[in-house]
Amino acid sequence: MSNTHFVNKNHFDPNKEESLTPEQERYYLATQWQLMWWKLKRHRLAMVSGGILAFMYFSVIIAELLAPYTLTSRNTDFIYAPPQELHIFHEGSFVGPFVYGLKYQLNMKTLKREYTENTGIIHPVRFFCSGDSYQFWGLFNSSFHIFCPAKNGMLFLLGTDRLGRDVLSRIVYGTRISLTVGLIGIIFSFLIGITIGGLAGYYGGWIDNLTQRTIEVIRSFPELPLWMALSASLPITWSPILIYFGITLILGMLDWTGLARAVRSKLLSLREEDFAQAAQLMGAKPRRVIARHLLPSFTSHLIASATLSIPSMILGETALSFLGLGLRPPITSWGVLLTEAQNINAVELYPWIMTPVIPVIIVVLAFNFFGDGLRDAADPYR
Amino acid sequence: MLSYLIQRILIMIPTLFAISIITFVIIQLPPGDYLSTYIAELQSQGENVDIAKIEALRAQYGLDKSMIEQYWFWVFGLLQGDLGFSFEYQLPVSEVVGDRLLLTLILNFTTILFIWLVSFPIGIYSATHQYSWGDYGLTFIGFIGLATPNFLLALVLLYFANVWFGTSIGGLMDPFYIDQPWSFAKILSILEHLWVPVVVIGTSGTASMIRRLRANMLDELQKQYVITAKAKGLHPLKALIKYPLRTSLNPFIADIGNMLPQIISGSAIVSMVLSLPTTGPMLISALQSQDMYLAGSFLIFLAMLTVIGMFLSDLALAWLDPRIRLGGGASK
Repeated sequence: MSNTHFVNKNHFDPNKEESLTPEQERYYLATQWQLMWWKLKRHRLAMVSGGILAFMYFSVIIAELLAPYTLTSRNTDFIYAPPQELHIFHEGSFVGPFVYGLKYQLNMKTLKREYTENTGIIHPVRFFCSGDSYQFWGLFNSSFHIFCPAKNGMLFLLGTDRLGRDVLSRIVYGTRISLTVGLIGIIFSFLIGITIGGLAGYYGGWIDNLTQRTIEVIRSFPELPLWMALSASLPITWSPILIYFGITLILGMLDWTGLARAVRSKLLSLREEDFAQAAQLMGAKPRRVIARHLLPSFTSHLIASATLSIPSMILGETALSFLGLGLRPPITSWGVLLTEAQNINAVELYPWIMTPVIPVIIVVLAFNFFGDGLRDAADPYR
Repeated sequence: MLSYLIQRILIMIPTLFAISIITFVIIQLPPGDYLSTYIAELQSQGENVDIAKIEALRAQYGLDKSMIEQYWFWVFGLLQGDLGFSFEYQLPVSEVVGDRLLLTLILNFTTILFIWLVSFPIGIYSATHQYSWGDYGLTFIGFIGLATPNFLLALVLLYFANVWFGTSIGGLMDPFYIDQPWSFAKILSILEHLWVPVVVIGTSGTASMIRRLRANMLDELQKQYVITAKAKGLHPLKALIKYPLRTSLNPFIADIGNMLPQIISGSAIVSMVLSLPTTGPMLISALQSQDMYLAGSFLIFLAMLTVIGMFLSDLALAWLDPRIRLGGGASK
C-alpha cells in the first residue's frame, strides 16, 4: 500500500468557501463600543429617554437663556398667580403665541387671591429677545433670552410662588443643581466602588472579607435616616456651594456598595483568565493589571449599572432638600422648590407649586429606561 | 438547621456592634455638643450663662469624658435597656419615645403585608398575560410609583383622603384618641389613617416586587415540565399554581429582607410629611438640635429593625426553599 496522500497545490482561499458580505465584515470588525451603540439604537424607548436626558443636560448649560425670568426676579403684583394658558388665536384671528392679562382680586370672604383672565389685554411672547439681565454662569452680564414676556407684560406658564417668582424659570434653574448632584455623586461612588471592589476582588483573602463585612453593615442601615444624620452634621457655617459638594459626597459615600460588589465578583473570575496571568507574569503591577487589562472588559456593564443608580441619588437629594436637611436657598434644586409645597394648603390652593415634581418623574423614568437599554446593549449574550 | 441558626446569630453580633460604632460616630460628628447649642441659644436670647452650672451639667451628662468612655457608657446602657437621657426633653429617652417604636413597627409590618398582598396577584396576572394591555398598564403604574417622590405622593393622597373620606389631616389616629387607652374604636381609627402612609411607602416596593415575580414566573412558565403538565391535560389553573408559582415564590421572602432598608427609609420620610407619631419626625428634630442620645436610639432602632428583618427572611427562606443547602460544602 503506497502511503501517499493528496494535497491540492493550488492556493487555498478561505473567503471562497465562506465569503463574508460587507455587512458581516463590518459586524465582525466592529469594536465593543460600536456593537453596543448598534444594539442600543434598536432599543427605541432607551433612545427616546437618552434624547430627553441629552436635552435636559443641555438645558443645564444654557439655563439662563432658556428661562424667561431670572432666578430671583419678583413680580410683587402677582403672588400665587395660577399658570397662564398659552393662546395662538385671539377672537378667531391669528396673533401668534400670547397670554391674556391677569386681573387680581382679593376674595374678602376667604381671603384668597383670585386671578381672572382679562381678555382685553394681550401679552405676546417675544422670541430671541432682551429681558431681565443675569450673569451667565457668574461670568459676564447679559440680558438675552430665547423667549421672554412682552414688554411690561407677563408670562407665567407655570404660575408664580409666594414671592411672585416665576415657577417655570425656577424649575429651569433647578435643573442645573438637581441633575449635577446625581452626576457628581455617581462619580464619587464610581471611584470609591472601583477602588475598593478592585482591591477586594484582586487580592481576595482578608481584604476581601473585610470589605464584604463592611458592605454588609453599610447596606443594613436604612439609607435615608443615615443621609439625614450625615447631612445634619454639615456645619451651618459652610457656604451653600460647600454644602452642595458635601451633599453629593454623602450621597456617593453610601451608594458605592453595589458597584463595589459587582467589580469584586467580576475581578474574582477575570483574574484567573490567561490574559491576566500573562500580564502578571510579564511583571505588570497590580494597578496596571486591574486598570489596563481587567476593568476594560466590563466597563460598559459598570457604566450601565451606574446609570441605573443616578435616579436614586436625584430622589435622595430631593427628599433631603424637601426636609430642609439638604441644599438651602439661594441654591435652587427641585427639592428646594418643593419645600414650598410642604403643607396641605399648597395641594388645595396652589397646586402649581408642586410642578417641580414633573421633571423629577421624567428624569427618573428616563434614567431608568436608558439604563435598562444600556445594560441590555452591554450584555454580549443578548 | 440549628447550626445554621447559631451561625447566623453569631454573624449578627459583630454587625450590630459595628452599627453601634457607626451610629455613635455619626451623632458625634456635628461640631460642639448639645450644651454648646444650648449656651448659644441662651446667649442669643440675651440671658446670662452661668459657667459653673454649665460645667456641672457637662460633668453630669458625661460630656467631659473622652469619646471612647462616652461610647462604652452608652453601649452598656443600651445593653441594659437604658437608652440614655434626652437633653431637649429633660427626660429619659425611653419615656420620650413612648409608643413611637411600637407604632413604627406596626407601620412597617403593615407595609410589608400590603406589598405582599398587592404584588402577588398582579405579578401572576402580568406573567400569565404577558404583553397584554393589563400588563402594560400595571407596569406603567408601577413605574410611576417608582419615580414619584414618596413625600409628595403622601401629601396628595392625604388631601384626597380628607376630601373623600373626611379623614383628619396628619397623625396616625383621630386627635380624639391620642391620650386615650387602647380600645377597639382607637384601633379602627388607626386603621383608617394607616392606609395612606402604607400605600405611599409600599408603592415603590410593590413595583419592584411585581417585576421580580413576573420575570421569575416567565422563566418558569417556559420550562418543559409546565408544557408536559399541560400536554397531559392538567387543569391550567393547577398547572400554574402547583408548580411554577411555588418555585417563583422566592423573591417574596428573599426580597423583603433586601427591601427593608428601603421601606424603613420610606416610612421615615413619609412619617415626617404626615407628622405620624413614629420615629421619623422625632429623629429629624433630634438631629437638628443635637439631642444625641435620642437621635442615636432612633438610628440604632431602625438599623436593628433592618438587621433582624433580614435575619428572619433568611431563616424563612432556608426553611421554605428545599433547594437551599445549608452549611455549604456541597458545591466547590
